[in-house]
Amino acid sequence: MTEGDIKSDEPSPLQLIAPDGTPAGDVDVGLEVAGLRELLRLMIRARRLDRQCMALQREGELTVYPPFEGQEAAQVGSAFALGPDDFVFPSFRELAVAVARGVDAVEYLRYHRGTWHGGPYDPIANRFAPICVPLATQIVHAVGWALGAKLDGKAACSIAYFGEGSASEGDFHEGANLAAVFRAPMILFCQNNCWAISVPLQEQIAAPIFRRAEGYGFPGVRVDGNDVLAVYSVTKAAAERARAGDGPTLIEAVTYRIGPHTTSDDATRYRSEEEVARWRERDPIERYRRYLLGAGLADDGFAAACETDAEAWVAEVRAALTALDAPPASEVFDFVFAEPPATFARERERFLEGRERGHA
Amino acid sequence: MPEFTMVAALNTALREALTNDPRTLVFGEDVGELGGLFRVTEGLQREFGRERVFNTPIAEAGIAGMCIGLALAGWRPIAELQLDGFSYPALDQIISHVAKYHERTRGRAPMPIVIRIPSFGGIRGKEHHGESPETYFAHTAGLKVVVPSSPLDAYRLLSLSIADPDPVIFLEPKSRYSAKEQGELTDEGPRIGEARLLREGGTCTVISYGAMVARCLEAAERLAGEDVECSVVDLRSLVPLDVETIATSVRVTGRAIVVHEAPRTLGMGAEIAARIMEEAFDHLGAPVMRVTGFDTPYPPASLEQHYLPSVDRICAAVREATTWVR
Repeated sequence: MTEGDIKSDEPSPLQLIAPDGTPAGDVDVGLEVAGLRELLRLMIRARRLDRQCMALQREGELTVYPPFEGQEAAQVGSAFALGPDDFVFPSFRELAVAVARGVDAVEYLRYHRGTWHGGPYDPIANRFAPICVPLATQIVHAVGWALGAKLDGKAACSIAYFGEGSASEGDFHEGANLAAVFRAPMILFCQNNCWAISVPLQEQIAAPIFRRAEGYGFPGVRVDGNDVLAVYSVTKAAAERARAGDGPTLIEAVTYRIGPHTTSDDATRYRSEEEVARWRERDPIERYRRYLLGAGLADDGFAAACETDAEAWVAEVRAALTALDAPPASEVFDFVFAEPPATFARERERFLEGRERGHA
Repeated sequence: MPEFTMVAALNTALREALTNDPRTLVFGEDVGELGGLFRVTEGLQREFGRERVFNTPIAEAGIAGMCIGLALAGWRPIAELQLDGFSYPALDQIISHVAKYHERTRGRAPMPIVIRIPSFGGIRGKEHHGESPETYFAHTAGLKVVVPSSPLDAYRLLSLSIADPDPVIFLEPKSRYSAKEQGELTDEGPRIGEARLLREGGTCTVISYGAMVARCLEAAERLAGEDVECSVVDLRSLVPLDVETIATSVRVTGRAIVVHEAPRTLGMGAEIAARIMEEAFDHLGAPVMRVTGFDTPYPPASLEQHYLPSVDRICAAVREATTWVR
């Protein structure tokens, strides 16, 4: 089990590139060579950064970190399909989306460094909402943004990222129904990575997630989440549909979390090495590298250059991140209110006085 | 002199906000053609259209959560949660996001959100229709929490809440919806965070908010006949709390009674009593006393008069404080 499905008779997810890198469908997704190569470059950057974050956590430089290894195609492929005005509502495992969207990685990682909560980057300028930990709650935020964009007559959509575990939360259902009723220009993007911490798919849901869309009144599509071109293709179509005023789409990207839930988790307690090994064979980056090479769209030199580029970039991020100290103590108070109440201002003064006297 | 019910005053505040600021939106369950269960939004959808004033599906978490996205898109959401007892599904969104988004984003995401909730008892309601949810919100950093006690102040407070840059939980005392008051509607006067001294007397300070303010005034009137002169403070705003006005009065009277519908344990009375001890301990001639609901679920209609603070209970507490012997 845990092959991304709970029933064996479900149709296979949409796939354009087979796990061995050979074309499995119409691979013309409307990208020029530069775009096709950029997908590989971004996935390699994302993976290098993810592994570096795991290392930094083990070195004590980061607090708990949730790795996304194995989900690079789902995240980069979908993010790459968005337009500059579209707005991302991530959960807490979407660092690769942030990388693909150009969010400053150091600002993003301040959250895991423990120097601020999950939104120190400018969410409005970046079109990227703060990291959202309460599961599925960001889906209704995305509905609100989409409704706001629609009222403004903007041709833009929002995309809410969540996992298959989150799809059991009430906010998923409220968000999906609200999006449908308001014909909100949005994408509900589910990364079905087979595990909700230690709970496997068959203990979470009794029918495939993409099928739920029909009940709400909009399309649901299932895509191979380890196939970056397929993910790009379905997300681009969903975004175009949303911007054209045709309402939301639910995308279920079937993928796999190669690492633990977070650095605090021990995945060997609940799943087998064999299962992980089977999914490693479907590695999204290796699959896409082989495809590009096989199709003559890139050569070994390009792939090697991607690795060098990623290595240098990750070293820069690491240096900047480890240089980050705790912000001034007053910042505990500084952003709670736009107009702080007088009582609150007095508490802040007492706090700062206490620190000066060495009481805190 | 014009006269307004609280419903009419609130309706006017909403109408003016929709007129003056094209970025304001009013939405919630039944707020459209019906005008809300209590008619606070009556006529607004017809006047401003279905884009600015709209019904939502029954999804309280969704209503509160949509406020976040709308605010990120530059709108000023004014949401209605239909009833106190049905606002709890929205608590996760309100506590985890509405209250924290400004801080999480280091102030980069303004959250000018108003969430209106018809609240409190005294309407012979069924279970879930007489709740006092104020402390859940007041205990959550990042929210402002206001409760009007009269029509004119309801207009002022709602206008100020809509103009406020921070999220405001606006609790409307259902039992005062049809109360009338004469005067002009204006947002001049006390701000959010400022209490009103409605009556000045030197013997005891009675502190309350919402529907209980009227009972406190009635008690003060009755006690005046016994030569016991009370000051009555209408808090209006629970967060920010006007500690200064409370303490200034208690420093004169030396006695304080806090009156609220909510259960006694960890209610606003506990916080106010603690603040009085911090600010005016040396002036106290008697312990701060509380006249409140009880640590029970809100009772059925035929019993609610025993639960709500009555004028008799308020008077008895004042007499106990004024005759306190150390």
